[in-house]
Amino acid sequence: MSYYFAIVGTNDAPIYELEIGTYHQSGDGTPHLPKEIHELEQFIVNGSLDILQDAQFKSSSIFFKNIDSFYGYQVSAYLTQGNGKLLVLTDLKNHDESLRQFLIEINELYVKNLLNPFYKINDPIRSPSFDSRVRTLAKRYL
Amino acid sequence: MSRQLKQIGDDIWKSKAEKVNSELFTLTYGSVVAQLCKDFNYDYDEVNKELFNMGLNIGVRLIDEFLQKTQLSRCANLRDTAEVVSKIGFKIFLNITPTVAHWTADYKSFGLILAENPLADFVELPDDGKANKELWYSNILCGVLKGCFEMVQLDCDVSFVEDTLRGDETTEIRVKLIKVLKDEIPAGEE
Repeated sequence: MSYYFAIVGTNDAPIYELEIGTYHQSGDGTPHLPKEIHELEQFIVNGSLDILQDAQFKSSSIFFKNIDSFYGYQVSAYLTQGNGKLLVLTDLKNHDESLRQFLIEINELYVKNLLNPFYKINDPIRSPSFDSRVRTLAKRYL
Repeated sequence: MSRQLKQIGDDIWKSKAEKVNSELFTLTYGSVVAQLCKDFNYDYDEVNKELFNMGLNIGVRLIDEFLQKTQLSRCANLRDTAEVVSKIGFKIFLNITPTVAHWTADYKSFGLILAENPLADFVELPDDGKANKELWYSNILCGVLKGCFEMVQLDCDVSFVEDTLRGDETTEIRVKLIKVLKDEIPAGEE
């Protein structure tokens, strides 16, 4: 099982991305996405933004499970309250609550990062501590 | 003595100090620093100086409020002063109590170690390669201390020597007494 995780800012430009494998079932966290998916993952995730934008005003929820799919790969999305988007592409068919928990915690991290006075909204997130915290969360939940 | 001071600090914090939401405070200070960095074109030496001067202006006023609230009398020596600064000064204005440490042998210089720094919550210095060598993010505190000391006839050097934001182990402000100023009659008066 592998995941591609991206944060898309309010103007639809990506600000953070991470490819990571599962740690469950004796996985070691290395992603095993096939090469052609690896090359396309950013397009697939961005392609789901249209569907997300249609769905977001029709529903009051902020988590959209399996909102889009691409040859067996599922895209799930989580909207932050400021209209940032957290997107996950995975080859896992039926993921449980843990993905949602993961995104909720990422949202919290994202907000903390916004509170840094030196960070401008929609700038790419380069902070190494943010990255390592995301990886820790991935280890716990994915 | 020091126990008593702690008590005074706690009492004033509880009863007399005006409080403000800490996130509002932190973010306000943060945007001031970020704006200064922008205005000075990321010349961090200038930013440090500007923060210090802002602090100085605060300090020369703040000392009056401090004395009015605490009704303290004169400190006998610098050791007392250090205790008062840490246990009452920092306590009533920031609700922290820095540890006084690293005295020099002649008792003219000491360090204030800040275990937590309410100014620096959420902050990560910009990763432009020089911010974590040049910028003293909380330099306003040095200015405040300098201003306060100056108004009570203590000519001091106050500066940061370590900051956890830069990746150091601790956050330490160094205070060095240069001399005790004499009460003088202003020029032109008898």
